[in-house]
Amino acid sequence: MFKKLSLSALALAALTSAAVAAGAEGKITDKDFSFEGPFGVYDQNQLQRGLKVYTEVCSSCHGLKFVPLRTLADEGGPHLPEDQMKAYVAEMFVADEPANQHLYDPELEELRALQPTDNFPAVNSAGAPDLSLMAKARAGFHGPYGLGINQFTKGIGGAEYVYSLLTGYTGEEKEEAGVTLYENTAFPGGWISMAPPLYGEDVDFDDGHANDLSHISEDVSAFLMWTAEPKLVARKQTGFVAVFFLTVLSVLLYLTNKRIWAKAKRKDVA
Amino acid sequence: MAGIPHDHYEPKSGGEKWLHKRLPIVGLLYDTLMIPTPKNLNWMWIWGIVLTFCLVLQIITGIVLAMHYTPHVDQAFASVEHIMRNVNGGHMIRYIHQNGASLFFVAVYLHIFRGLYYGSYKAPREVTWIIGMIIYLAMMGTAFMGYVLPWGQMSFWGATVITGLFGAIPGIGEALQTWLLGGPAVDNATLNRFFSLHYLLPFVIAGLVIVHIWAFHTTGNNNPTGVEVRRTSKEDAKKDTLPFWPYFVIKDLFALAVIMVVFWAIVGFMPNYLGHPDNYIEANALATPAHIVPEWYFLPFYAILRAFTDDVWAVQLVGFLTGGIVDAKFFGVAAMFGAIAVMAAAPWLDTSSVRSGRYRPMFKWWFAILCVDFMVLMWVGARPAEEPYATISLIASAYWFAYFLIILPLLGVIEKPLARPATIEEDFDEHYPAKKDAASQPAE
Repeated sequence: MFKKLSLSALALAALTSAAVAAGAEGKITDKDFSFEGPFGVYDQNQLQRGLKVYTEVCSSCHGLKFVPLRTLADEGGPHLPEDQMKAYVAEMFVADEPANQHLYDPELEELRALQPTDNFPAVNSAGAPDLSLMAKARAGFHGPYGLGINQFTKGIGGAEYVYSLLTGYTGEEKEEAGVTLYENTAFPGGWISMAPPLYGEDVDFDDGHANDLSHISEDVSAFLMWTAEPKLVARKQTGFVAVFFLTVLSVLLYLTNKRIWAKAKRKDVA
Repeated sequence: MAGIPHDHYEPKSGGEKWLHKRLPIVGLLYDTLMIPTPKNLNWMWIWGIVLTFCLVLQIITGIVLAMHYTPHVDQAFASVEHIMRNVNGGHMIRYIHQNGASLFFVAVYLHIFRGLYYGSYKAPREVTWIIGMIIYLAMMGTAFMGYVLPWGQMSFWGATVITGLFGAIPGIGEALQTWLLGGPAVDNATLNRFFSLHYLLPFVIAGLVIVHIWAFHTTGNNNPTGVEVRRTSKEDAKKDTLPFWPYFVIKDLFALAVIMVVFWAIVGFMPNYLGHPDNYIEANALATPAHIVPEWYFLPFYAILRAFTDDVWAVQLVGFLTGGIVDAKFFGVAAMFGAIAVMAAAPWLDTSSVRSGRYRPMFKWWFAILCVDFMVLMWVGARPAEEPYATISLIASAYWFAYFLIILPLLGVIEKPLARPATIEEDFDEHYPAKKDAASQPAE
């Protein structure tokens, strides 16, 4: 009886998981990032490498319009030294003028120079989405059966999604209604209009860190997680302090409660 | 205040007497805080305090958020990011508010199901129950409008779908929908009125909560036995009850502290777990998300809404009888609101004279299935509208209605309840028996 039951349960599970696999979900690699888990923090060097990848490659089509430039110097983030952050801002120029009219200076009759208090410029010229929140706007993991339970163990997987997308190109292309689509194993539906942005060795790092496709994709994914969730480290610290003190408070209230009720429950008072 | 005989506040000093003659506010607070409470309340009776806490938490964090938020379609999304990045502590306040809504609904569902199991809705507590249901509806309205404010993709499309429900009402639907939205589609006018109402409704809820508390302070709390506190004399009542302060205040605060540990772990370590990634994409009227999914706490009723499609015979029959006025869309809307209406009508649908499910051997099982049913509805509500989810949601929706409309009325007639304790004291003493050597214990 039980054997039969478990067999049919297995068969059902196999059927349903096959149905899920056949859906439009892309293939997501469960990469281990330093910022995962309750103790995870950003790897400052990785974020700085990711910033370089973004600046030299991604920024030609994608903006980061919600990210203040000054936060590049923030602790818990890329933590650039103050002067480096200012130098980075001074070197920046706005490529897409119509998308950044908030910088228009009527006296100069053109866009003024960027300040550290400004956000990264918006880029709409290529019709590409802004990347500020991309790592939070995508989920890598959903299952099983849409219950989202595996997000408990693996995390929501936004950075994994970005990594899998950047490394998921198969090299196949097709034309559809005059648009070239590229096959990508991570993208829902399998075909994406973004040409492969990274091939490996697109960027050189001063410290000679590996710059193959997998490494730079990982770096820029981590960087985009930071742009999406810049207060992650501070938030986890607050979480720890709160959980610790509330646990202490719980114990104290437990003992208080026990003592208050002891007489009513005819128990000895400790 | 309470119908249970107990000591009232007596002003002693001259100043107290002076104030009491003019405004008996100290007496009101005293009677509220010292209300005789059944001493056998179990841990399911803590959710009221948790809910009150949630309301205060949401109002305080909400007021701070409103100081930095901009209710305009061009700036709403950016202003939320401004809160997350530039406002001191803004990311914590926003995550607390966002997850506070989830805690609010966890607590309200446990509170409602507690009431359903222990028969808290039965006479004489029907008014408490009905006010509670109105609070629950107001909570849903508030949460729905609050979810629209960040102006993400789910905000926008959720608002479009849900306000579209009103458009399904025959005759007046379209005009009603336009009136609600302030225009032909979800736009700036909608965002502004939702912000206004999202700010207003919590205070309406606060008022309703006071009436809710007033009502059950008049009837006295229900308790796990469903047996009423003896009101024959003050001495009898004292044997069944303990004052709210300090016994239940400390107990509830302990429970709240434990719940806060879990809550802060979620806020600190996985604040977006209960949210939807699509809401981190700015609203775009030209791009519909692949799946429009409401927040988790709406899913059971969303599943009921979607369950009744054209091919369901009940829908076809009603459509035929009404000459096509009631189509599948309106049927679904009616079913969704009906699902809450039948729950609100529970005091009159339940024919059993026994309050507590503890002494109802058959009811117990049907109630357990209802709990599972609720979870199943929550699950299928988040799944795409295709097989097997369509069939599952239809069966689960049918059970929800059957429970209130068929099972509850029938059970009262056919079920043979178990023996109940005569008094609350008897039940309490059974759990905490008097010590055998009690007499030899030194007096405290």
